[in-house]
Amino acid sequence: MTESLAITKFSDLANPTRFLSLASRLLPWMGGATAIFFVVGLYLAFASEGDYQQGETVRIMYIHVPAAWLSMMCYSVMALSAIGTLVWRHPLADVSHKAAAPLGAAFTLIALITGSLWGKPMWGTWWVWDARLTSVFILFLMYLGIIALNRAMDDPSKAARVSAVLILIGFVNIPIIKFSVDWWNTLHQPASVIRMGGPTIDGEFLRPLLVMAIAYTLLFFTLHVMAIRSEIWRRRIATQRRVAARMASRES
Amino acid sequence: MSHAFYVYSSYLVALAITAIAILWTWADGRARQRELAELEAAGVRRRSAAPRTSPVENPKEAASE
Repeated sequence: MTESLAITKFSDLANPTRFLSLASRLLPWMGGATAIFFVVGLYLAFASEGDYQQGETVRIMYIHVPAAWLSMMCYSVMALSAIGTLVWRHPLADVSHKAAAPLGAAFTLIALITGSLWGKPMWGTWWVWDARLTSVFILFLMYLGIIALNRAMDDPSKAARVSAVLILIGFVNIPIIKFSVDWWNTLHQPASVIRMGGPTIDGEFLRPLLVMAIAYTLLFFTLHVMAIRSEIWRRRIATQRRVAARMASRES
Repeated sequence: MSHAFYVYSSYLVALAITAIAILWTWADGRARQRELAELEAAGVRRRSAAPRTSPVENPKEAASE
Protein backbone atom coordinates (compact mmCIF):
# COMPACT_ATOMS: atom_id res chain seq x y z
CA MET A 1 0.00 0.00 0.00
CA THR A 2 2.78 2.42 1.02
CA GLU A 3 4.86 1.31 -1.96
CA SER A 4 2.02 1.86 -4.42
CA LEU A 5 1.40 5.29 -2.86
CA ALA A 6 5.08 6.18 -3.33
CA ILE A 7 4.96 5.02 -6.97
CA THR A 8 1.80 7.07 -7.54
CA LYS A 9 3.44 10.16 -6.01
CA PHE A 10 6.55 9.65 -8.17
CA SER A 11 4.56 9.15 -11.37
CA ASP A 12 2.54 12.28 -10.52
CA LEU A 13 5.77 14.26 -10.30
CA ALA A 14 7.10 12.67 -13.49
CA ASN A 15 4.00 13.76 -15.39
CA PRO A 16 5.13 16.38 -17.98
CA THR A 17 2.26 18.81 -17.19
CA ARG A 18 2.97 18.56 -13.45
CA PHE A 19 6.67 19.02 -14.19
CA LEU A 20 5.99 22.21 -16.16
CA SER A 21 4.02 23.82 -13.34
CA LEU A 22 6.65 22.76 -10.76
CA ALA A 23 9.45 24.10 -13.00
CA SER A 24 7.84 27.54 -13.38
CA ARG A 25 7.57 27.81 -9.59
CA LEU A 26 11.10 26.53 -8.86
CA LEU A 27 13.16 28.19 -11.61
CA PRO A 28 13.26 31.76 -10.17
CA TRP A 29 14.50 30.39 -6.81
CA MET A 30 17.06 28.12 -8.47
CA GLY A 31 18.31 30.98 -10.66
CA GLY A 32 18.56 33.32 -7.67
CA ALA A 33 20.44 30.76 -5.55
CA THR A 34 22.84 30.06 -8.45
CA ALA A 35 23.62 33.79 -8.83
CA ILE A 36 24.24 34.22 -5.07
CA PHE A 37 26.60 31.23 -4.89
CA PHE A 38 28.50 32.46 -7.97
CA VAL A 39 28.96 35.95 -6.48
CA VAL A 40 30.25 34.53 -3.17
CA GLY A 41 32.35 31.86 -4.94
CA LEU A 42 34.01 34.32 -7.32
CA TYR A 43 34.72 36.72 -4.44
CA LEU A 44 36.37 33.93 -2.44
CA ALA A 45 38.23 32.71 -5.55
CA PHE A 46 40.02 36.05 -5.91
CA ALA A 47 40.18 37.04 -2.21
CA SER A 48 41.90 33.81 -1.06
CA GLU A 49 45.68 33.37 -0.87
CA GLY A 50 47.79 31.98 -3.70
CA ASP A 51 49.38 28.56 -3.27
CA TYR A 52 53.09 28.34 -2.29
CA GLN A 53 53.79 26.05 -5.27
CA GLN A 54 51.10 26.86 -7.84
CA GLY A 55 51.05 30.59 -7.06
CA GLU A 56 48.10 32.46 -8.57
CA THR A 57 47.25 29.61 -10.96
CA VAL A 58 45.51 27.88 -8.03
CA ARG A 59 42.58 30.19 -8.87
CA ILE A 60 42.08 28.23 -12.12
CA MET A 61 41.26 25.22 -9.92
CA TYR A 62 38.11 26.95 -8.62
CA ILE A 63 36.56 26.71 -12.08
CA HIS A 64 38.39 23.68 -13.45
CA VAL A 65 37.60 21.21 -10.66
CA PRO A 66 33.83 22.01 -10.35
CA ALA A 67 33.48 21.86 -14.18
CA ALA A 68 35.20 18.46 -14.19
CA TRP A 69 32.93 17.18 -11.39
CA LEU A 70 29.87 18.46 -13.24
CA SER A 71 30.97 16.80 -16.49
CA MET A 72 30.82 13.44 -14.68
CA MET A 73 27.68 14.22 -12.66
CA CYS A 74 25.81 15.29 -15.79
CA TYR A 75 26.69 11.99 -17.47
CA SER A 76 25.53 10.10 -14.36
CA VAL A 77 22.19 11.99 -14.47
CA MET A 78 21.93 11.01 -18.15
CA ALA A 79 22.67 7.36 -17.31
CA LEU A 80 19.88 7.34 -14.68
CA SER A 81 17.52 8.91 -17.22
CA ALA A 82 18.60 6.32 -19.81
CA ILE A 83 17.53 3.58 -17.35
CA GLY A 84 14.18 5.41 -17.06
CA THR A 85 13.88 5.32 -20.85
CA LEU A 86 14.79 1.66 -21.29
CA VAL A 87 13.09 0.15 -18.20
CA TRP A 88 9.99 2.34 -17.69
CA ARG A 89 9.73 3.85 -21.20
CA HIS A 90 9.04 7.14 -19.47
CA PRO A 91 8.83 10.14 -21.87
CA LEU A 92 10.21 12.54 -19.23
CA ALA A 93 13.32 10.34 -18.94
CA ASP A 94 13.82 10.61 -22.75
CA VAL A 95 13.55 14.38 -22.49
CA SER A 96 15.90 14.51 -19.48
CA HIS A 97 18.90 12.81 -21.12
CA LYS A 98 18.42 14.66 -24.40
CA ALA A 99 18.33 18.01 -22.57
CA ALA A 100 21.39 17.24 -20.41
CA ALA A 101 23.81 16.29 -23.22
CA PRO A 102 24.67 19.82 -24.50
CA LEU A 103 25.11 21.02 -20.89
CA GLY A 104 27.47 18.13 -20.17
CA ALA A 105 29.45 18.95 -23.31
CA ALA A 106 29.75 22.62 -22.18
CA PHE A 107 31.04 21.69 -18.70
CA THR A 108 33.49 19.15 -20.15
CA LEU A 109 34.80 21.75 -22.60
CA ILE A 110 35.34 24.21 -19.70
CA ALA A 111 37.23 21.50 -17.77
CA LEU A 112 39.42 20.64 -20.78
CA ILE A 113 40.33 24.22 -21.73
CA THR A 114 40.92 25.50 -18.16
CA GLY A 115 42.94 22.34 -17.42
CA SER A 116 45.07 23.06 -20.45
CA LEU A 117 45.53 26.71 -19.39
CA TRP A 118 46.69 25.47 -15.96
CA GLY A 119 48.90 22.76 -17.44
CA LYS A 120 51.02 25.09 -19.57
CA PRO A 121 52.54 27.12 -16.68
CA MET A 122 52.56 24.23 -14.16
CA TRP A 123 53.49 21.17 -16.26
CA GLY A 124 55.14 23.03 -19.12
CA THR A 125 52.72 21.62 -21.68
CA TRP A 126 49.20 22.36 -22.90
CA TRP A 127 48.27 18.68 -23.27
CA VAL A 128 49.51 15.15 -22.59
CA TRP A 129 47.78 11.94 -23.60
CA ASP A 130 47.73 10.57 -20.04
CA ALA A 131 44.86 8.44 -18.74
CA ARG A 132 42.88 11.24 -17.02
CA LEU A 133 43.09 13.77 -19.86
CA THR A 134 42.39 11.18 -22.54
CA SER A 135 39.39 9.67 -20.71
CA VAL A 136 37.87 13.17 -20.19
CA PHE A 137 38.45 13.94 -23.88
CA ILE A 138 36.60 10.69 -24.72
CA LEU A 139 33.75 11.87 -22.44
CA PHE A 140 33.57 15.09 -24.49
CA LEU A 141 33.40 13.08 -27.72
CA MET A 142 30.67 10.88 -26.16
CA TYR A 143 28.59 13.98 -25.43
CA LEU A 144 29.01 15.21 -29.02
CA GLY A 145 28.07 11.75 -30.37
CA ILE A 146 24.89 11.64 -28.24
CA ILE A 147 23.89 15.18 -29.37
CA ALA A 148 24.47 14.20 -33.03
CA LEU A 149 22.49 10.95 -32.61
CA ASN A 150 19.53 12.76 -31.05
CA ARG A 151 19.50 15.28 -33.89
CA ALA A 152 19.93 12.68 -36.63
CA MET A 153 16.67 10.83 -35.92
CA ASP A 154 13.21 12.27 -36.58
CA ASP A 155 11.28 10.00 -34.22
CA PRO A 156 12.11 11.31 -30.68
CA SER A 157 11.15 8.11 -28.82
CA LYS A 158 13.26 5.94 -31.15
CA ALA A 159 16.17 8.41 -30.85
CA ALA A 160 15.79 8.29 -27.05
CA ARG A 161 16.01 4.47 -26.94
CA VAL A 162 19.08 4.33 -29.21
CA SER A 163 20.88 7.12 -27.35
CA ALA A 164 19.94 5.53 -23.98
CA VAL A 165 21.82 2.37 -25.01
CA LEU A 166 24.81 4.47 -26.11
CA ILE A 167 24.74 6.44 -22.83
CA LEU A 168 24.74 3.26 -20.73
CA ILE A 169 27.59 1.73 -22.74
CA GLY A 170 29.54 4.99 -22.38
CA PHE A 171 28.96 5.05 -18.61
CA VAL A 172 31.89 2.65 -18.26
CA ASN A 173 34.07 5.72 -18.89
CA ILE A 174 32.95 7.46 -15.64
CA PRO A 175 34.73 5.13 -13.15
CA ILE A 176 37.68 5.06 -15.57
CA ILE A 177 37.91 8.89 -15.36
CA LYS A 178 37.54 8.86 -11.55
CA PHE A 179 40.10 6.13 -10.87
CA SER A 180 42.45 6.75 -13.83
CA VAL A 181 44.81 8.69 -11.56
CA ASP A 182 45.05 5.69 -9.20
CA TRP A 183 45.15 2.88 -11.78
CA TRP A 184 47.78 4.42 -14.07
CA ASN A 185 50.84 6.58 -13.66
CA THR A 186 49.51 9.95 -14.82
CA LEU A 187 50.82 13.50 -14.98
CA HIS A 188 47.45 14.57 -13.54
CA GLN A 189 47.55 14.62 -9.73
CA PRO A 190 45.47 12.09 -7.71
CA ALA A 191 42.20 13.01 -5.96
CA SER A 192 42.65 15.61 -3.22
CA VAL A 193 39.04 16.41 -2.20
CA ILE A 194 36.76 13.38 -2.68
CA ARG A 195 38.97 10.59 -1.34
CA MET A 196 39.19 8.06 1.48
CA GLY A 197 40.60 9.79 4.55
CA GLY A 198 39.17 13.22 3.68
CA PRO A 199 40.45 16.19 1.69
CA THR A 200 44.19 16.89 1.66
CA ILE A 201 43.94 20.53 0.63
CA ASP A 202 43.96 23.48 3.02
CA GLY A 203 40.70 25.17 4.10
CA GLU A 204 41.86 28.38 2.40
CA PHE A 205 41.52 26.63 -0.99
CA LEU A 206 38.71 24.24 -0.03
CA ARG A 207 36.22 27.01 0.83
CA PRO A 208 36.12 28.75 -2.59
CA LEU A 209 36.28 25.35 -4.28
CA LEU A 210 33.19 24.03 -2.47
CA VAL A 211 31.21 27.27 -2.92
CA MET A 212 32.01 27.25 -6.65
CA ALA A 213 31.09 23.54 -6.82
CA ILE A 214 27.67 24.32 -5.30
CA ALA A 215 27.25 27.26 -7.73
CA TYR A 216 28.09 25.05 -10.74
CA THR A 217 25.76 22.27 -9.50
CA LEU A 218 22.88 24.75 -9.05
CA LEU A 219 23.62 26.19 -12.50
CA PHE A 220 23.49 22.72 -14.04
CA PHE A 221 20.14 21.83 -12.43
CA THR A 222 18.65 25.25 -13.31
CA LEU A 223 19.67 24.90 -16.96
CA HIS A 224 18.62 21.24 -17.02
CA VAL A 225 15.10 22.06 -15.78
CA MET A 226 14.89 24.91 -18.34
CA ALA A 227 16.08 22.64 -21.16
CA ILE A 228 13.64 19.85 -20.16
CA ARG A 229 10.81 22.39 -20.18
CA SER A 230 11.79 23.61 -23.68
CA GLU A 231 12.00 20.04 -24.95
CA ILE A 232 8.51 19.23 -23.60
CA TRP A 233 7.19 22.33 -25.35
CA ARG A 234 9.02 21.35 -28.57
CA ARG A 235 7.33 17.93 -28.55
CA ARG A 236 3.92 19.43 -27.83
CA ILE A 237 4.37 21.87 -30.73
CA ALA A 238 5.30 19.00 -33.09
CA THR A 239 2.23 17.00 -31.98
CA GLN A 240 -0.11 19.98 -32.31
CA ARG A 241 1.24 20.74 -35.79
CA ARG A 242 0.69 17.11 -36.84
CA VAL A 243 -2.89 17.19 -35.51
CA ALA A 244 -3.56 20.53 -37.25
CA ALA A 245 -2.15 19.20 -40.55
CA ARG A 246 -4.30 16.04 -40.26
CA MET A 247 -7.42 18.11 -39.58
CA ALA A 248 -6.63 20.44 -42.50
CA SER A 249 -6.15 17.51 -44.90
CA ARG A 250 -9.48 15.99 -43.75
CA GLU A 251 -11.28 19.28 -44.32
CA SER A 252 -9.83 19.65 -47.82
CA MET B 1 49.61 38.73 -10.41
CA SER B 2 51.92 36.00 -11.70
CA HIS B 3 50.58 33.97 -14.64
CA ALA B 4 47.79 36.54 -15.06
CA PHE B 5 47.31 35.55 -18.72
CA TYR B 6 46.51 31.92 -17.79
CA VAL B 7 44.25 32.84 -14.84
CA TYR B 8 42.22 35.50 -16.67
CA SER B 9 42.02 33.45 -19.88
CA SER B 10 40.59 30.53 -17.88
CA TYR B 11 37.92 32.72 -16.28
CA LEU B 12 37.06 34.38 -19.62
CA VAL B 13 36.73 31.03 -21.41
CA ALA B 14 34.55 29.65 -18.57
CA LEU B 15 32.44 32.82 -18.62
CA ALA B 16 32.01 32.70 -22.41
CA ILE B 17 31.00 29.00 -22.49
CA THR B 18 28.66 29.42 -19.48
CA ALA B 19 27.07 32.53 -21.03
CA ILE B 20 26.51 30.70 -24.34
CA ALA B 21 24.91 27.74 -22.48
CA ILE B 22 22.62 30.06 -20.48
CA LEU B 23 21.62 32.22 -23.47
CA TRP B 24 21.07 29.19 -25.73
CA THR B 25 18.85 27.47 -23.16
CA TRP B 26 16.91 30.67 -22.45
CA ALA B 27 16.48 31.59 -26.16
CA ASP B 28 15.29 28.05 -26.98
CA GLY B 29 12.62 28.31 -24.26
CA ARG B 30 11.49 31.74 -25.52
CA ALA B 31 11.26 30.50 -29.11
CA ARG B 32 9.16 27.49 -28.07
CA GLN B 33 6.86 29.70 -25.97
CA ARG B 34 6.37 31.97 -28.98
CA GLU B 35 5.52 28.98 -31.22
CA LEU B 36 3.01 27.68 -28.65
CA ALA B 37 1.39 31.14 -28.48
CA GLU B 38 1.16 31.27 -32.30
CA LEU B 39 -0.51 27.85 -32.39
CA GLU B 40 -2.90 28.91 -29.65
CA ALA B 41 -3.75 32.08 -31.60
CA ALA B 42 -4.41 29.94 -34.70
CA GLY B 43 -6.88 27.88 -32.66
CA VAL B 44 -4.69 24.77 -32.39
CA ARG B 45 -4.78 23.41 -28.83
CA ARG B 46 -3.79 20.24 -27.05
CA ARG B 47 -6.68 17.83 -26.70
CA SER B 48 -6.45 18.02 -22.89
CA ALA B 49 -6.49 21.86 -23.04
CA ALA B 50 -9.30 22.12 -25.59
CA PRO B 51 -12.78 23.00 -24.29
CA ARG B 52 -14.98 19.89 -24.09
CA THR B 53 -17.80 20.13 -26.63
CA SER B 54 -18.98 16.53 -26.86
CA PRO B 55 -21.24 15.03 -24.17
CA VAL B 56 -19.42 13.23 -21.35
CA GLU B 57 -19.16 9.55 -22.21
CA ASN B 58 -17.63 8.33 -18.97
CA PRO B 59 -18.84 10.30 -15.94
CA LYS B 60 -16.35 8.57 -13.62
CA GLU B 61 -13.41 9.63 -15.79
CA ALA B 62 -14.74 13.18 -16.01
CA ALA B 63 -15.01 13.40 -12.23
CA SER B 64 -11.39 12.39 -11.76
CA GLU B 65 -10.10 15.17 -14.07
